[in-house]
Amino acid sequence: MSEQQPFEPKIVAYVCNWCTYLGADLAGTNRLEYPANVRIIRLPCTGRIDFNLIIKAFEMGADAVLVSGCHPGDCHYTAGNFHARRRWILFRQLLETMGIDTRRVHFSWISAAEGKKFQQFVTEITETARALGPYQAYREICQAE
Amino acid sequence: MSRIGIFICWCGENIARNVDVERAAAEVADLPGVVCSVAYKYMCSDPGQSLMRQKIVSERLTGVVVASCSPHMHLRTFRKAAAMAGLNPYLVEMANIREHCSWVHHDRQQATTKAVELIRMSVAKVRANAALQPISIPITRRALVIGGGVAGIQAALDIADSGREVVLVEREPSIGGKMAGLSETFPTLDCSQCILTPRMVDVGQHPNIRLYTYSEVEGVEGYVGNFKVTVRKKARYVDMDACTGCGQCWNACPSKKNLSEFDYQMGNRTAIYVPFPQAVPARPVIDRDACLHFLKGKCGICAKKCAANAVKFDDQDEVITEEVGAIVVATGFKLYSIDRDQASSKLAGYGEYGYGQYPDVVDALQFERIVSASGPTGGEIRRPSDGQQPKSVVFISCVGSRDNAKGISYCSKICCMYTAKHTMLYKHKVHDGQAHVFYMDIRSGGKNYDEFVRRAIEQDGAHYHRGRVSKITQENGKLIVRGVDTLVGEPLTIEADLVVLASAMQPAGGATELAQKLNVGYDEFGFLSESHPKLRPVETNAAGVFVCGACQGPKDIPESVAQASAAAGKVLVMFSNEQLSREPEVARINETNCAACFACVRACPYNAIERAEVRDRKGQLVKRTARVNPGLCMGCGTCVAICPSKSADLEGFTEQQVYAMVESLV
Repeated sequence: MSEQQPFEPKIVAYVCNWCTYLGADLAGTNRLEYPANVRIIRLPCTGRIDFNLIIKAFEMGADAVLVSGCHPGDCHYTAGNFHARRRWILFRQLLETMGIDTRRVHFSWISAAEGKKFQQFVTEITETARALGPYQAYREICQAE
Repeated sequence: MSRIGIFICWCGENIARNVDVERAAAEVADLPGVVCSVAYKYMCSDPGQSLMRQKIVSERLTGVVVASCSPHMHLRTFRKAAAMAGLNPYLVEMANIREHCSWVHHDRQQATTKAVELIRMSVAKVRANAALQPISIPITRRALVIGGGVAGIQAALDIADSGREVVLVEREPSIGGKMAGLSETFPTLDCSQCILTPRMVDVGQHPNIRLYTYSEVEGVEGYVGNFKVTVRKKARYVDMDACTGCGQCWNACPSKKNLSEFDYQMGNRTAIYVPFPQAVPARPVIDRDACLHFLKGKCGICAKKCAANAVKFDDQDEVITEEVGAIVVATGFKLYSIDRDQASSKLAGYGEYGYGQYPDVVDALQFERIVSASGPTGGEIRRPSDGQQPKSVVFISCVGSRDNAKGISYCSKICCMYTAKHTMLYKHKVHDGQAHVFYMDIRSGGKNYDEFVRRAIEQDGAHYHRGRVSKITQENGKLIVRGVDTLVGEPLTIEADLVVLASAMQPAGGATELAQKLNVGYDEFGFLSESHPKLRPVETNAAGVFVCGACQGPKDIPESVAQASAAAGKVLVMFSNEQLSREPEVARINETNCAACFACVRACPYNAIERAEVRDRKGQLVKRTARVNPGLCMGCGTCVAICPSKSADLEGFTEQQVYAMVESLV
C-alpha cells in the first residue's frame, strides 16, 4: 500500500481582467514561483462577481476561494471594485450566518504591477488552506441536504 | 453538438520545459465535444496559425481552445486567425498555461496536472460560447468643442480643417480664453495676442465652425457617435447678424465705470461692450446689471446710436439642440482665488498676503494685464493704488501650489516660468527697478525653459530668494514683505511697491458639473481624468468624450496646443469610419424576466442601462424593463452581479460560461 498523499487544497480565484489577472501574468513573467493549487477564473471586473460563485466553488469541492481586483480608485470600469467591496462586506456576514468558514474566503486588491504581491498572497492562502485541511464540513452540509 | 479543437503550444521550451504538453494533449482529447487535440511548438507563428486554420476547416470546428500564453498577449491573434478560417472569433478561448502555469510551477507533475485543468476549464467555457457579431453604431460626424481658449481653438481648427463640422461653445462673449489676456509668452517673449488673434479670426470665419459665444452647454444625452447636446445661448441684447461691430454703441454708453472682467477688475468697461478690441465675434453684449435701460428703465442711447438697429432690449435666452458624434472638453483653468470666494471654497487661502486688502498685491493674471500693451495702463507698468511706477517688485511663487495645508498638493507647473518672464518684462520696462522672487524650487523643465530662467537671473538681474513669505503689511505706502532666504539662512524683509502672487491653477468654475453631465471622471481637485495617464492621455472613460488643455491638469500653452491637436486627431480617427465597430462583449437584459427594479440602472458606472417600456401593437404598456444601450456599455458586468432576478448577463462572460468553468473543476 502506497503512502497517503499529503493534502493539497483546491483553490479557486476569481480575478478581474485588468489588474489581478495581469498581476498574475507579471508573476509569471518574473518567474515568481508559487504553489500550483490555484485555478484562476478571469472575469472583466470584480463588479461582475456574483458572490453565489463563491458558494458554487465550495460546492464543487474548493477548499478556499479568493477574490481579487484593482485597488480602490484604479478600476478599469471606474467603480466596479467599489460595488464588489460593498457587496463583500454584506456577503461576509451572510457567510458567517450560513456557517461557512470565512477563513477560507479571501479578498484582496492586487494591481497589474504587483506580481510579487500575487505570489505572496497565493502562497499565504495556500498555506492557510493546507493548515485548515479539507473543507469537509461544507461537503457534509451539501450531502445532508 | 460542439466540435472543439484544442491547440497546445510548447512556446519553444517556455511551456514544454515544465508542462508535459504531449501528455496534456492526450488527457484532454477525451473531454466531451473535443474532436482534435494537438500540441505544436509555436502556435502563434505562421505555421502554428495555419495549422489551426486547417483544423478548423477539416474538422469543422465549432470552438477552439488555444492553451498557450496570456490572453492579453495573443487572444486577438488567435481570434483573427479563426475568423480567417471562417469561424466566429468569439468561439475562441485561451488557457493560460505559460504565465499562470509553466513559468510559476517548476514541478513538472504538478504543472502538467494544472495545465490539464486549465484547459478543461476553457473547454467547458467555450462549449457555452456564442458566436457574437461586432456591434456597429452609426456616427454623426460632427464634433462639439467646449471652451474657446487656445486648446479649444486648436482642436476646433484641426477638426474643421479636415472637412468635418465643429460646434464651438464658449461661455464668455468672445473666444480667446486666458491666453488672449496674456502679455508676452515664455520662453520666446512673443506677444500673446499677436499669435492668438489670427487663430481666433480663423475660427470666426471658418465655414465648418459654428461658433456659439456667451453660451453654455446645458445638457448632454446619448452616447458615443450620437450625442444630443443642448446649448443655452444667453441673451446678448444685440442682434449678431445685424450688428457690424462699428463701436458707436459702446463709445456712447454713459455707464462707463464697470469693472472689466477681461482686465481682471483693474480697468473699466461700458455696459454695452466687447471684452477686448480683437474679440471674436466682434459683437458687443449688454451687461444687464450695469445697463441704465435695465436698471432705471431709461437711457437706450446705444439703440439710438446704432445705425443697424441691432440693439434688442427684448432679447431672450435661446436653447439650441446640436447633434454631434464626439465631444472635446477644453474648459481650461482659473487662478486659485487666494482669499476671495472663501465661502464657497474649503481652501484656507492666504489672508496673510493681504490680497484684496492692499490694492498693490495682485495675482499673476492681473500683472499680465498691467504689462500688456492692451492693458488698463497701456503697457506702462504702474501700480493699481496710485498709478506710480513700482521700483521694487516682489514675486511670490507657489501661492497655493504644493501646499497640503492649504488644500492643493500639486505643482501648478507654469508659475516658475511665468514668474521668470514677469521679472524680465518688468526689467525691460523699468530699467532702474529691482525684481525679487521668493520660490520653493525652480521647476523649468522643457525646451529652452531653464535657459530662460537663467537669463532672468543673470542678464536681467532678478534676485531669487529660496524661501517663503510669512506676512505682508503696509507701511507709509510701501508693502513690507517678510520672508526668509533659506540659502543664506536669515530672515529677509523687503520693502516693495508691488507684490505679484503666482497663485495656483485650478480647473475653471463649473468644470465638475460639466464632467457630471458628460459622465467623465475627475480627481479630488476637479481636474478631468484621462482614461490612461500614459497611453490614452486625451481619451476619457466616457467613450467619445476627449479632454485637452488645463481642464485635465496644469499645463502651459505648447502642451495645451499639443494635447488639443491630439484630441482632434482622436476625433478624426473616429470620424474616419462611417460606423463605429465595438466589441460585442456587452451586457444584455432578459426583458421577459426583468422585474424592473432598476438596481442595474443605479449600479451601472456608464449610465448605459435605461428604463424602457415594452408595449404591444396597440401601444398598451405590457411591462417595464431595464434595457442596455450597447453603444454605452463597456462590459464590466456589475449589472450581472447586482441583478436580483438574474435577468442581466454579460456576453463573453455569461453566467452559463462562468458556472461551466467552476463546474469543470471537480
